[in-house]
Amino acid sequence: MMAARYSNWMGQKPLNAWAMMGLLALGCLYSVVVALYALDVPMRFHALVFAAAFLAGIAVIADQFSVKRDTSGYNDAIIRYGIIASMIWGVVGFAVGVYIAFQLAYPDLNFDTAWLNFGRLRPLHTSAVIFAFGGNVLICSSFWVVQRTCRARLAGDIAPWFVFWGYQLFIVIAGTGYLMGVTQSREYAEPEWYADIWLTIVWVTYLAVFMGTLFKRKEPHIYVANWFYLAFIVTIAMLHIGNNLAVPASIFSSKSVALFSGTQDALIQWWYGHNAVGFFLTAGFLGIMYYFVPKRAERPVYSYRLSILHFWSLIFLYIWAGPHHLHYTALPLWAQTLGATFSIMLWMPSWGGMLNGLLTLKGAWDKLRTDPVIRMLVVSVAFYGMSTFEGPVMSMHWVNGLSHYTDWTIGHVHSGALGWVGFVSFGALYCMTPWVFGTKRLYSTALVEWHFWTATFGILLYITSMWVSGIMQGLMWRAYDSLGFLEYSFVESVEAMHPYYVIRGLGGLLFLIGGVIMAYNIFMTAKGRVRASEIDASAAVAVPAE
Amino acid sequence: MTHKPKKDEVTGVYTTGHEWDGITELDNPMPRWWLYILYACIGIAIMGWIWYPSWPVWKDGEMTYLKGVSGYSTRAAVTRELGDIAAERSVYLNEIRDMDLYDIQKNPDLLRISLAGGAAAFGDSCAPCHGSGAQGFVGFPNLNDDAWLWGGTLSDIAQTIRHGVRWEADPETRMGVMQGYLSDGILSRSEVTDVVQYVLNFSGRAENQEAVARGSETFANICSACHMEDGTGNTMFGAPDLTDPIWLYGGDPETIFRSVAYGRAGVMPAWAGRLDEATIKQLALFVSSLGGGTDPVDQ
Repeated sequence: MMAARYSNWMGQKPLNAWAMMGLLALGCLYSVVVALYALDVPMRFHALVFAAAFLAGIAVIADQFSVKRDTSGYNDAIIRYGIIASMIWGVVGFAVGVYIAFQLAYPDLNFDTAWLNFGRLRPLHTSAVIFAFGGNVLICSSFWVVQRTCRARLAGDIAPWFVFWGYQLFIVIAGTGYLMGVTQSREYAEPEWYADIWLTIVWVTYLAVFMGTLFKRKEPHIYVANWFYLAFIVTIAMLHIGNNLAVPASIFSSKSVALFSGTQDALIQWWYGHNAVGFFLTAGFLGIMYYFVPKRAERPVYSYRLSILHFWSLIFLYIWAGPHHLHYTALPLWAQTLGATFSIMLWMPSWGGMLNGLLTLKGAWDKLRTDPVIRMLVVSVAFYGMSTFEGPVMSMHWVNGLSHYTDWTIGHVHSGALGWVGFVSFGALYCMTPWVFGTKRLYSTALVEWHFWTATFGILLYITSMWVSGIMQGLMWRAYDSLGFLEYSFVESVEAMHPYYVIRGLGGLLFLIGGVIMAYNIFMTAKGRVRASEIDASAAVAVPAE
Repeated sequence: MTHKPKKDEVTGVYTTGHEWDGITELDNPMPRWWLYILYACIGIAIMGWIWYPSWPVWKDGEMTYLKGVSGYSTRAAVTRELGDIAAERSVYLNEIRDMDLYDIQKNPDLLRISLAGGAAAFGDSCAPCHGSGAQGFVGFPNLNDDAWLWGGTLSDIAQTIRHGVRWEADPETRMGVMQGYLSDGILSRSEVTDVVQYVLNFSGRAENQEAVARGSETFANICSACHMEDGTGNTMFGAPDLTDPIWLYGGDPETIFRSVAYGRAGVMPAWAGRLDEATIKQLALFVSSLGGGTDPVDQ
């Protein structure tokens, strides 16, 4: 055993393994130099994390990659890793969200420490759920979908693994940075310059792996899910680089200065921020929807023509809508008008995806009764439709005048994030887990039912409480008394929010409990277990009920 | 793999003939209502571009934008609205600004406006420290009671609001020093303990009459300079009355010990310059009306 392992280390390596180990060694050396001369503690800590990660990378390549490695068939191992990573980050991200929700209701939970302060935990929550959970779901599902729909093994041998582990390294650097107070104060793009450069390298490799697989495809056409995945990968690369243009204070410092300033900076920030929603949280997850809904429902996609038109109109229109985040600010009105009108035009292109998802169920609606996974996917599409209608409504000036800066925005974001992104991800993970772990079925369908109902009830508590508190805030802020003085002080509006913040926290808690149930179910399935009670039950319902 | 359009059994619609991993696509047309609403939204957007300022354009060598036929601008609108309100309010606000506080008090209309305006300004500027009901917190005085550190007449209150308390940037600020008699090395620990007993004795709460007797000398030599011999305080120095049951930091022996031993120096900002004169007067009238003013203002 020892000898075999040792010979593997010494064994012949393909050229790319040597090249990669060389690059990692250089990276490690550079990180050690930065750690030695670092100007601040976070930079030193992060340089050491990088150095350790690069060393681990060298060790793994030395151990795993030899010329004798089997590279036939699909690369499914990476999807197993992706599913586990998604579940871990998901539960962490939801838990931090619940904690900060209760901080807003009970500020004592800040405990007067910098580490647990809302200001540091809030980006930890948003990054953990969007990029750590959502990103891992997107990467692993795209790797599954592109291989199956191209009938080709994932391009590259080390490259996909570099994407997976490089992305986890980015998450660790970003998350630990927030806790130490490292931030460039750009919403949804808080990590500092060195983390951004690292993510750029990882992301370009991701693009190369995805494109390489498309080039190798054995199908004459590229399936619609892959259009959406590709649009997501390409546009996120562009947005990430554009928004993070900055000059580091020093290569030994964790601080940088943004290239833009004032209104231009704000507009760049929201060009990025809105399209992180448009291309990360919408286009990417529509890719998931286009594969997993027809696959699970075992029905053809409703309309090929609709998918073409809504894809191109969505891609073309989304990129212009960012200015609607800056209504009634220093941003010139002409830019605000464009942002609002493009958001209105975006309504039907968004709904094209919803229609293609829902109408695919034609002839298979009865599956909603028996299969909680397809129900999850369908409910996610319904939430998608709801929040993409709410978005254009909120982008209009007269609505925005009431909704801006209130909890309505938070509710809107979470109906999309929990309902659409969360549920479509859960559906995809529940589908892929038995496939990649080689089990015939999930550990427990009953637990999926439990997950579905707790999470759905949680989302409803969340968004209804935020609607009420958001509209109440907006109305309180603009209420005048008969003599023309403001009716309420700001403090009074904060006080009035308290019960809704408690309800929101409870809604989030239910969603978290659903996530924990799911993690348990996924881990048990990964171990190849099936709940005994369900084997009997499935035998009993083998005969259709009608 | 041969790809031929096939008829879907359930809907009777043909597929496009492509297949990926078992997934096919139907050749359904786009739903008409979907297409029409898309066109309508594009129409609404174009109307928006015509009506409001929209696309950037190059004109005479520099960048400008289409101004829109409505001539609408959010900045012009807000300037106009603020101007209208200012004009509407200036009628009475100018009167309030120029009139003596006691004359405003006698004018029912101006008083009513002042109390409403004062309540609004109080919520924004004062409530964060004094509480939205002006009930105060530890270290921040309750403004509903009859105890006034710096005087409770209308002009006293206005003076405190204008110049603040221990606000160094304002030369006219209210100034009074309660130093730390233990931390500054003026009294020993036992002397402080004794004088605390003496202070408690004003409200009949002393636990040790011998200590009271020992503390009397210290009180007379040091404390009475500001708090007066009978402990009733002096608004000139912001020295609180020690005989009543109202305590800014707490009236238990431990807290009084901390006050004497380590001193107290609460701060209130000077609002002159941050709030206009009319607002400061409205605030003075409002605070006085809360029930504790020495010149009672009737609501």
